[in-house]
Amino acid sequence: MFSNPDLLHFIFGRLSLDSLPFHEPILVVTFAAVVLGGIAVLGGITYFRLWGYLWNEWITSIDHKKIGIMYIILALVMLLRGFSDALMMRAQQAMAFGGSEGFLPPDHYDQIFTAHGVIMIFFVAMPLVTGLMNFVVPLQIGARDVAFPFLNNFSFWMTTSGAVLIMVSLFVGEFAKTGWLAYPPLSDIVYSPGVGVDYYIWALQIAGVGTLLSGVNLVVTIVKMRAPGMSMMKMPVFTWTALCTNVLIVAAFPVLTAVLVLLGLDRYADTNFFTNDLGGNAMMYINLIWIWGHPEVYILILPAFGVFSEVVSTFSRKRLFGYSSMVYATVVITILSYIVWLHHFFTMGSGASVNAFFGIATMIISIPTGAKIFNWMFTMYKGRISFDVPMLWTIGFMLTFVIGGMTGVMLAVPPADFVLHNSLFLIAHFHNVIIGGVVFGMFAGIVYWFPKAFGFKLDPFWGKMSFWLWLVGFYFAFMPLYVLGLMGITRRMSQFDDPSLQIWFVIAAFGALLIAGGIGSFILSIVVAVIKRDKLRDETGDPWGDGRTLEWSTSSPPPAYNFAFTPVVHDLDAWADMKKRGYVRPTEGFLDIHMPKNTGAGFILAALSLVLGFALVWHIWWLVIASFIALVVGAIAHTFNYDRDYHIPASEVVETEDERTALLAKQQA
Amino acid sequence: MKRMLSKLVRGVTVTSMFSLLAGCNLVVIDPSGDIASQQSDLIIVSTILMLLIIVPVMALTVFFAWKYRQGNKDAEYDPEWHHSTKLEVVIWSAPLVIIIALGAITWVTTHTLDPYRPLDRIDAERPLAKDHKPMVVEVVSLDWKWLFFYPEQGIATINELAAPIDTPIQFKITSSGIMNSFFIPALAGQIYSMAGMETKLHAVINEEGVYDGFSGNYSGEGFSHMRFKFHGLSEEGFEDWVSKVKSDENFLGRSEYLELEKPSIDEPIHYFSSVDPELYGAILNMCVDQSKMCMNEMMAIDENGGGGLAGIYNVMSLTYDVPRMRGSQPLPESKSYVATLCTTPEGGFAGDLNALPLFDRVQASDRAMSFAPSGVSTGF
Repeated sequence: MFSNPDLLHFIFGRLSLDSLPFHEPILVVTFAAVVLGGIAVLGGITYFRLWGYLWNEWITSIDHKKIGIMYIILALVMLLRGFSDALMMRAQQAMAFGGSEGFLPPDHYDQIFTAHGVIMIFFVAMPLVTGLMNFVVPLQIGARDVAFPFLNNFSFWMTTSGAVLIMVSLFVGEFAKTGWLAYPPLSDIVYSPGVGVDYYIWALQIAGVGTLLSGVNLVVTIVKMRAPGMSMMKMPVFTWTALCTNVLIVAAFPVLTAVLVLLGLDRYADTNFFTNDLGGNAMMYINLIWIWGHPEVYILILPAFGVFSEVVSTFSRKRLFGYSSMVYATVVITILSYIVWLHHFFTMGSGASVNAFFGIATMIISIPTGAKIFNWMFTMYKGRISFDVPMLWTIGFMLTFVIGGMTGVMLAVPPADFVLHNSLFLIAHFHNVIIGGVVFGMFAGIVYWFPKAFGFKLDPFWGKMSFWLWLVGFYFAFMPLYVLGLMGITRRMSQFDDPSLQIWFVIAAFGALLIAGGIGSFILSIVVAVIKRDKLRDETGDPWGDGRTLEWSTSSPPPAYNFAFTPVVHDLDAWADMKKRGYVRPTEGFLDIHMPKNTGAGFILAALSLVLGFALVWHIWWLVIASFIALVVGAIAHTFNYDRDYHIPASEVVETEDERTALLAKQQA
Repeated sequence: MKRMLSKLVRGVTVTSMFSLLAGCNLVVIDPSGDIASQQSDLIIVSTILMLLIIVPVMALTVFFAWKYRQGNKDAEYDPEWHHSTKLEVVIWSAPLVIIIALGAITWVTTHTLDPYRPLDRIDAERPLAKDHKPMVVEVVSLDWKWLFFYPEQGIATINELAAPIDTPIQFKITSSGIMNSFFIPALAGQIYSMAGMETKLHAVINEEGVYDGFSGNYSGEGFSHMRFKFHGLSEEGFEDWVSKVKSDENFLGRSEYLELEKPSIDEPIHYFSSVDPELYGAILNMCVDQSKMCMNEMMAIDENGGGGLAGIYNVMSLTYDVPRMRGSQPLPESKSYVATLCTTPEGGFAGDLNALPLFDRVQASDRAMSFAPSGVSTGF
């Protein structure tokens, strides 16, 4: 039976024992570590009898707060993977000089830089942003959950399935060797016949469903579910940026889905959209992917801008300067982000007028962005600034991001781009804005809202260590790349001839080690905080002392229903306004609260999608059909589930609220 | 005056950068070709323009953070101050002014430094006549090496490029399959090379020397070794180099090219003393293999209204991305769903060819000769 190749091929498709990378010692060791770690975790869960708890309280949860937290955990786990790739790349480039091949052959190195880009953007930055929006937005607008709670759970698990599929590619088969955007013709079946690009396509398609649905969900939530009195121009700035980001997601992600479908058809169905022959043209792919790709950059940075706006005003103990110009700047950036995509390929041969148009449109974005920087600056002016960890991240951002903005405008000048394009200067630029902007913003946001989520602050000492190591590490890691770019060194090289370059790569590798310390310190700040949680406890619900928006009006962590009574909003910075007007918290008159019920459907559908994706990658057609049918049937079956909601009885609400009343009274005493 | 100023600024910047960076070779800032020099000027000018706003912003951020720190009780504290029309006008107009200046510079230089535009000067002091004829070099990126044709000299080389100084060069660039980017930082900015398409680059090298050239766009396994040396030579030096290339009897024709096209890494330098003059055109039109129909012929047919149903007959002869040809492992199944729908198993058209309204073949091939391949347009 085992000697029948046709049968084996039917059962396993392209998958065979040769697909397992036993020949790569690095992978074998990693795999062993993952297996041992996995066994330890699963054993621990079983030993402490946590399966029921995990299933009931987390996996099936449709509470936006828990889903937000799970998104961030996913992002942090994937950050460790993406950053290991970064460390290997830095080590390789610091070693591979003068004939030395380094420790990674091109075949492996090419997968690593592709995986690094894909993971960092899709499975670190995106879940961080989505997670933070998920957690914060309903609280900020005084809602009890998002508009479509089940969809939210489904979105999260789809994103996770995409991440799992990428992790599987590490040990079963290979990942794409094409760069993170998989440009054809290199990603066409003829030039990349392996499974790598298929893993890429299906991981992104599955995760993309999650991202798109979560975008729809948050747009509807913000548009329809704001507390009474909260007009658009009274929305917190973070909610504004979340709205713009989700509008961008809804408009941009279908383009990515479509372009990956076309690439998939080229690979699976022998069509010729992007091939060299039979009328295909790779330039269409490059245009389409960047029509998604450029808005994607703003999808990531806008929520970070929102975080900084909240943080700078809270820690300057002052209203945000120029709220309306902040809002208009955000909206202008949202719109402009759609008309600049061509600046990613000035060198593809467009005419001078086309290039100049897109170059100038790109520069125009720096005007609203500049206005925002000024607004944060003048929020500090006449303030009383305390340098808590979120504020440190914010100031670090303001100083770092302007450098990235400057180099970005340089790259927007087409003739200058002709010499800087694809060089390490470009790498330095986008890490400058993504680390200096998105990552710093997300860390600021996590530290800022952590006490709201868990009821105690993160440890400030390790938080500060993390900030300084990241900041200094960033400059060590990427300033040398600016220099190397000006020396005409291009990206994605696995080895170098000129030994005089080596010192710069060694400095960059040192910077990466500092950043590793920053990541370690951040994890320590969580661990230490859990140990010292009683000392860091927040019992007021307003741990920074000067919270301005509605999330600080409820307890930390908030009850499942967020607000016992829906707040009524009269002014911008609703909570600051309520405090000023002597708001008295109601202590009686509680009613039953109508809430959505947990369901396992999202997890099951996403798990089936993962199986479908894996089967598609390996051409296991019977499994494709089976899992696809199961997916459709499962989705339809879920629509017959009428047991979707329940009421939290008033007695339980009274109990919860009385506890809080007692805690607050203890605070005042 | 303007030129002197720019020279001065450049001198100062380059010197200060150099002292900072202890003499490492910033070829992008201090190149040897006139086009790259102008691009470098542009980098410097735009940096200075932006520093006008960025330095004050950074200084003020630090100053405000320090002055309004919690511990400084002397500093004014005004928690309600959140709006100032005057200030907001400044906030929006200061970047606007900078961007207007930079935008104007961008519009002008993008046109003057358009890689498709023939040069109008050798360097800042020496203008060129409008009707000058540049030296033509045809560039093909292969997996993973560079092929250079010199149609005027009738020679070709692999992984070595040479040109006389102060002579305008026109590069015509295409690819055998995967997209690459033709880039010699000392000479001029890069431009993509793409199969079935031709991009152009005009440049001139002003100083003798040996410069690095490479692919600026990742193209797969052998990408890191896709490098060559570009020799800027004197007139005599270039003639010597040409005769050196010609000294070895070595012919590059269609069959040699098909061998050469197969993927190889770290390919040594080859010289070809004579070249099939039609070869570059055939590469560009993806018909080096003579069983394939050339793109320009196909386009000429289409321009004539197409072959109707007879056009189906052409499908098989237009396939180009074939694993066998690329020397990579064969695909599990044959890749021909679309074509098999329309063709008989022998590869011919299933219907009766004579019954179809065929175009006049002679006329079509005449037109094909005058037809430009589907390059990327420059005159939008």
